[in-house]
Amino acid sequence: MKKERSRLVVIGNGMAGARLVEELLARGGGDRFTVTVFGDEPYGNYNRILLSSVLAGSHEPGDIFINPLAWYEANCVALRAGVRVAAVDPVRKVVTAADGTAEPYDKLVIATGSAPFIPRIAGLEDAAGRSREGIFAFRTLDDCSAITAYAARCRSAAVIGGGLLGLEAARGLLERGLTVHVVHLMGHLMELQLDARGGAILRQKLEGMGLQVHLGKSTREVVGEDGKGGVTGLRFEDGGTLECDMVVVAAGIRPNVALAREAGLLVERGIVVEDDLSCPGYPDVHAIGECAQHRGRVYGLVAPLWEQAEVLANRLSGREPRASYTGSKVSTKLKVMGVELAVMGIRERLEAGDEEITYEDPSRGVYKKLVVRDGRLAGAVLLGDASAAPVLLQSFDRGQDIGPDPAELLFPSSGASAPRSVLDLPDDAQICNCNGVSKGRIAYSARNGCRSLQAVCGATRAGTGCGGCRRDVQAILQDVLGEGGLIEDPAVHYYVPGVPLAKPDLVREIRRLGLRSVSSVFAALAGGREDAASKPGLASLLKTIWAGEYEDERDARFINDRVHANIQKDGTFSVVPRIYGGVTTPGELRRIADVAERHQARMIKITGGQRIDLLGIPKARLPQVWRELGMPSGHAYTKAFRTCKTCVGSDFCRYGVGDSTALGIAIERRFQGIESPHKMKLATAGCPRNCSEATTKDLGAVAIEGGRWELYVGGAAGSRVRKGDLLCVVEAHEEVLRLMGRFMQYYRENGKYLERTYDFVERIGIEKVRAVVVQDEEGIAARLDAAMEAAVDAYADPWGEANDPVHPLQFAQVLVRPRASGQGDGRDGREAPEEQVVAGEVR
Amino acid sequence: MPELTRSETPLRNLGPVDQIPPGEGRVFAIDGRNVAVFRSRDGRLFATEDTCPHRQGPLADGLLGGSVLVCPLHGFKFDLATGRPAGNDCRALTTYPVALSSRGDIELRLDPR
Ligand code: SRM
Ligand SMILES: Cc1cc2nc3c(=O)[nH]c(=O)nc-3n(C[C@H](O)[C@H](O)[C@H](O)COP(=O)(O)OP(=O)(O)OC[C@H]3O[C@@H](n4cnc5c(N)ncnc54)[C@H](O)[C@@H]3O)c2cc1C
Ligand code: SF4
Ligand code: FES
Repeated sequence: MKKERSRLVVIGNGMAGARLVEELLARGGGDRFTVTVFGDEPYGNYNRILLSSVLAGSHEPGDIFINPLAWYEANCVALRAGVRVAAVDPVRKVVTAADGTAEPYDKLVIATGSAPFIPRIAGLEDAAGRSREGIFAFRTLDDCSAITAYAARCRSAAVIGGGLLGLEAARGLLERGLTVHVVHLMGHLMELQLDARGGAILRQKLEGMGLQVHLGKSTREVVGEDGKGGVTGLRFEDGGTLECDMVVVAAGIRPNVALAREAGLLVERGIVVEDDLSCPGYPDVHAIGECAQHRGRVYGLVAPLWEQAEVLANRLSGREPRASYTGSKVSTKLKVMGVELAVMGIRERLEAGDEEITYEDPSRGVYKKLVVRDGRLAGAVLLGDASAAPVLLQSFDRGQDIGPDPAELLFPSSGASAPRSVLDLPDDAQICNCNGVSKGRIAYSARNGCRSLQAVCGATRAGTGCGGCRRDVQAILQDVLGEGGLIEDPAVHYYVPGVPLAKPDLVREIRRLGLRSVSSVFAALAGGREDAASKPGLASLLKTIWAGEYEDERDARFINDRVHANIQKDGTFSVVPRIYGGVTTPGELRRIADVAERHQARMIKITGGQRIDLLGIPKARLPQVWRELGMPSGHAYTKAFRTCKTCVGSDFCRYGVGDSTALGIAIERRFQGIESPHKMKLATAGCPRNCSEATTKDLGAVAIEGGRWELYVGGAAGSRVRKGDLLCVVEAHEEVLRLMGRFMQYYRENGKYLERTYDFVERIGIEKVRAVVVQDEEGIAARLDAAMEAAVDAYADPWGEANDPVHPLQFAQVLVRPRASGQGDGRDGREAPEEQVVAGEVR
Repeated sequence: MPELTRSETPLRNLGPVDQIPPGEGRVFAIDGRNVAVFRSRDGRLFATEDTCPHRQGPLADGLLGGSVLVCPLHGFKFDLATGRPAGNDCRALTTYPVALSSRGDIELRLDPR
């Protein structure tokens, strides 16, 4: 039976409106409704909470979008971005937009949020009656952009309002280098969340960070220069003044209810809704979010509106037609200028029997307080250390009896040092520290159709930076989806996403069909579909399989490997010449200095790998820089053997028992440029004091008494820290070199692309690795040694391409075309080709 | 290529296509404006603005597969045929009409599509 779809209109494309649409679609609501969303802001839907981070400069505006315009398109949601609704007629069931268009509805959802409250202050307008320049609210992305643009030319700012929003604005401005004053009407900061003592401790902490706090100050006037638009300061009711170049008003919010009021809906502080989230008398009109008032309460945080969106989506989609919303228990965990804060319930004793327990450590900015009523938690404040929040929240939410010694609750079991599971973290905890993705966002995408790790990472960008959080993401997924809910994307077993074969099958097919180039692999094994992201992985594999017979296609390489240097944020490159074992000479240093000076390297830096990095070199200059350095490539840009760090060792150090320096140099000379699934970083240490950190390297050798060397593999001290596994103990330098080479070859053949040794060794198991590499149980040691020998012999310094480029324009930066002459070569007015293209090296 | 003949802006000849190795891109400065031109392995040409809307990554240094380009800095993807972002929220790239002439030259018009 095919039914006509009903028309759902949503007013407001903010946190609540967009969330409702997402929740509805996730419940199959797309089959019931055609959805039209009006949003006053000319964008897709973004995370308003993260505006604080945008202001502070830790996020770019582009980073905070939840659903881009394409999402609406893909889900057949008609988004009227930048179109304001001017009127609602709940009797004729039609809304009218500011552009005059009318949109009839069967169901209407009002999610207009709130607007900043601007108190009555003189001087908000300049002499000419225009809004004075330099005064801002802080609610929208546009507000945020305006503030940042203006702040760039200011030295000081005043924020009116010392609540959450005001402090967030202050933090952003502090981060931007301004002197920041917070002017607050009340006697202590954040009076909605904190009691006076908590407010005082917060103030002390924030002042320590450089914020100027002015309490009990009522602003009478914004002062500007006569005839000019801008701001010069504030004048207070008590006659005092304050100099500042700009003002941000964060004095509270007011629900956007004008539309509803004019439509004749019941409006008090917010738009009144029943437990079914509909407006009294109008069962087809709903309101959610900050504009709604439910059982007398208007919420100003996102958690309650998530719950509202879920209930309403359940009702509208027919999934749970009788779902009802009974209000939210407000418990919040916030970060105020980087200071943790969790609050729940009441913040002070209100009744005779109420008991308060407090703990404070003002020097650390820590303040904790419990309010207990009838043996249960009635409220809590945790400032500066919210580690007890998960436990308290649970107790608070469930109304549990808190036992004889409530104070214990303030300090989560300090004895047990068991690492805290991600599952204990609150929803707003940041899981992906590269892309700023919260636990809630991950769980949310899992609940809304992303059922594999790949899908979640694709949808949220979590785990797509350094990858260190992927285990946590996986754990959250597992938790949300439950047993059997998590599906494994078949692509996890593929060697690269674009060719549907696991590594062993891929290698077999490549050998069988004699595929020697990346393009031939796509043609033969991927239906002719090229996948850009799969190219470097295939190139690396083919090179390992075919060695000298590999057909090198340069476009399959990442830019670093096309120009043999590491690309940087501004498109220039870094040059790290090889300095074997970190041991250099005055002549070499002089040469490096000369080159750096001549080519104006933007920075010269001693790296963490014991060599020297020349940063900020334009691509076109690379060949010349290499020629002048006359040193081999340090391969600081590629998936290959990188460096071998050494310590001064037995020649100089009073503790040295092995010549780690000579060993390191020998290692580096032998393995330079050996490509591998991921980079390999090595170190040698002259004694177990381990000054070169050899136990946390991909491969490390540590000298021990008796002229022997311990060999470690699978160590890491990057995004993960892992102590390497002891592979074996050997006698001489030659032995170290041989076993290291054999391990490397084993890893080269069996490691997945971009799998570091710390994951590889863990996946294979150190016993198995030892059995193959040391005990030769599979009888392949000789073959591995020979393959490594061949790879070592085949090595050529890529910087040789300075004199022998693979393409005349390999290092070209910009090919300059002269101005249009207007003169063609006679054929249909076309311009003649230029004879000569200026390219390559800059002089 | 019909678009190439319709417009009023002059057709620019950027010279032989083999300036760009197959599957790569290069930047051309034309009247002071930088345009990235790409040549896919299957022989198509694409022209776009030369920097990434995300954080100004040099697009011509990206990896190209079919018409999809991966920016070298943070891996955002774009379909060069339309300029549209793929799987990210960036704005679309400006693209320019470009084609291969009968003599094997790259011909381009500077009016954005
Ligand atoms: C230059 C250097 C920092 C410094 O100034 O000291 C550096 C710079 C970069 N590191 Fe590193 N790392 C440097 C030592 C390290 C070390 C310490 C070491 O090697 O002893 C580590 C931890 C050890 C390790 O890798 O296990 C380290 C762990 C990383 C990681 C995380 C790897 C991991 O799997 O945990 C990355 C990201 C990656 O590889 O994907 C990374 C990536 C990078 C990149 C290449 C980021 C990039 O893709 O552009 C940085 C290049 C900057 C530039 O433009 O040149 N860098 N990096 C160091 C160069 C050493 C050298 O001479 O070659
Ligand atoms: C800087 C900042 C930091 C915050 N930090 C936190 C935090 O850490 N934790 C927390 O829980 N909450 C935080 N909040 C509060 C949270 O963002 C809000 O509670 C939430 O955005 C409310 O959602 P909403 O959909 O009701 O309103 P909004 O997100 O404001 O969305 C309403 C939308 O409706 C549009 N609109 C209004 N009228 C019309 C109309 N007539 N026609 C068409 N469109 C219209 C508006 O343009 C707006 O886009 C923060 C808020 C800000 C500003
Ligand atoms: S050099 Fe290493 S640690 Fe520093 S910013 Fe780059 S990747 Fe991160
Ligand atoms: S600059 Fe292009 S992806 Fe970041």
